[in-house]
Amino acid sequence: MILTNFVSAITFANLIGRLPGGIAQGIIWGIMALGVYISFRILNLADLSVDGTFATGGAVSVMLILAGCPAWLACICAMVSGIIAGIVTGLLHAKLGIPAILAGILTQFALYSINLRIMGMAANQPANPDVYNLVITMRKIPLSIVVGAVLAIVLMVLLYWYFGTEQGSAMRASGSNPAMGNALGINVNTMKIIGLALSNGMVALAGSLMAQYQGFADINMGRGAIVIGLAAVIIGEILCDAIFKKGCNFFIRLLFVVIGGIIYYIVMVIILWLKLDPNDLKLFTAIIVAIFLAAPYLQKLRKTSFKNAFKKSVKMLGKEDKNNA
Amino acid sequence: MLKLVNVCKTFNTGTINERKALIDINLELNEGDFITVIGGNGAGKSTVLNAVAGIWPVDSGAIFIDGNNVTGMPEHVRAKFIGRVFQDPMMGTAPDMQIEENLALALRRGKRRGLGWGVTAKEKVEFKQKLSRLGLGLEDRMTSKVGLLSGGQRQALTLLMASIQRPKLLLLDEHTAALDPATAALVLEITEQIVSENNLTTLMVTHNMGDAIKYGNRLIMMNEGRIIYEVSGEEKKSLTKDDLMKKFAAVSGTQLDSDEMLLG
Repeated sequence: MILTNFVSAITFANLIGRLPGGIAQGIIWGIMALGVYISFRILNLADLSVDGTFATGGAVSVMLILAGCPAWLACICAMVSGIIAGIVTGLLHAKLGIPAILAGILTQFALYSINLRIMGMAANQPANPDVYNLVITMRKIPLSIVVGAVLAIVLMVLLYWYFGTEQGSAMRASGSNPAMGNALGINVNTMKIIGLALSNGMVALAGSLMAQYQGFADINMGRGAIVIGLAAVIIGEILCDAIFKKGCNFFIRLLFVVIGGIIYYIVMVIILWLKLDPNDLKLFTAIIVAIFLAAPYLQKLRKTSFKNAFKKSVKMLGKEDKNNA
Repeated sequence: MLKLVNVCKTFNTGTINERKALIDINLELNEGDFITVIGGNGAGKSTVLNAVAGIWPVDSGAIFIDGNNVTGMPEHVRAKFIGRVFQDPMMGTAPDMQIEENLALALRRGKRRGLGWGVTAKEKVEFKQKLSRLGLGLEDRMTSKVGLLSGGQRQALTLLMASIQRPKLLLLDEHTAALDPATAALVLEITEQIVSENNLTTLMVTHNMGDAIKYGNRLIMMNEGRIIYEVSGEEKKSLTKDDLMKKFAAVSGTQLDSDEMLLG
């Protein structure tokens, strides 16, 4: 009886109804993933501060909106707060010699207290979309998708332009080969700080959008953001490589990072639609990310591994001579 | 062009592993000098080069490039004077970036990097022409990622990058040591061509005595952190490997026992 109720609730109409919301949120995660792409792929650093800056973005914008600030301005302020947090991580890493991964964890840890302060020591701050004029909200999903998509495209165009400039090229070089960067007169440390600032600025903007979309800022809203960002980056890259086998231009790569965010969130919607416990979502996310992170490595193993080499050697020698040539 | 005055460097000071890597090094290179540096493992050859490049600050002494006291300048600031090629072919180029992007980065060595385009159309024409002179066919692969090139191709490209914005000083750190003999010979040929065409002041560290004798107008030999022998001009031209071995034994009081140096 319970089972039939359970199964009957899982209808395709239900799933289709949930999809637009999933896409809207997916675009927001996609914007965050663009930020993660800068630190993870361009600078070659695993920056864990994003878990904190995502919530900071949400907290700053909701508090500003509650204080009467226009929502678009609140978004910009959220971005600035993320930039500052990114600079802190960058300074801890580049100027104080702390490994990037630890510098990020320290910033993230510190931001928990700061975010609570920003939210007036409350773990949760609602911003009612009926009272305030928000940039993006789940009450108007089609409009939210359009606004999110336009913002994502603007950011992609800006990133595409920036990484084509002299300074952007210097940043890419700093990530690709720091020793060469220094030898060519690039201040690699400064490049890392600027890159982390940009990255966290975008993540905080995404946090601001998410808080407005869901109608509240929450102290825990950024937990696991780095994992989701990585998931989006990796899903996007695998798809992009599968479609464009001969490589593609940088703009398309960025586009696929955002698409990766959307796909990630649609998978989450499907998992929720299957009535799995939302508390298990993080476990599923971790499993999905682990699978996608492992995929390129396993693919390589399939082509070349000791096991296969042994099998081939046995085949060549004939079965009797398995161990003795 | 380059002047080192009483330069000293000790690693792991105050520990059981303390090692005096450079002891009172004095050296002066005039404009257009091509000096080769030889010596056994741990003699201080690469350490001299790293001191000049500014990988770390020296303990005492002063370094001048073209009359500028660079002793206090960190590596990326000093880079405006210096072109460098490393021993490891992977170290001199950015593998994830295109050939033309790498060259464009090198062209901006020592300049402010603003928000103008990273590679301009005019530069691409210039790069194509310069690449074609290497004779490696790289001019047809300008948008290929450098990570796809072979070690020899990458060293040749690094050489071009080191010289494309004419440096006051070219530092070559055993830049053919990781290559097979045929490729090493080709890269040295390209080195000679680039150095003589641009009349570059050059410091080349090498393990190979034959190369040290063949290239450049001056030669120094190092041992245990000191310069123990120096030769230049006509005397250098008539130098043989045997002479060098004898000199080494006479000055250092030990036999030169590095196989690599014997074979070279």
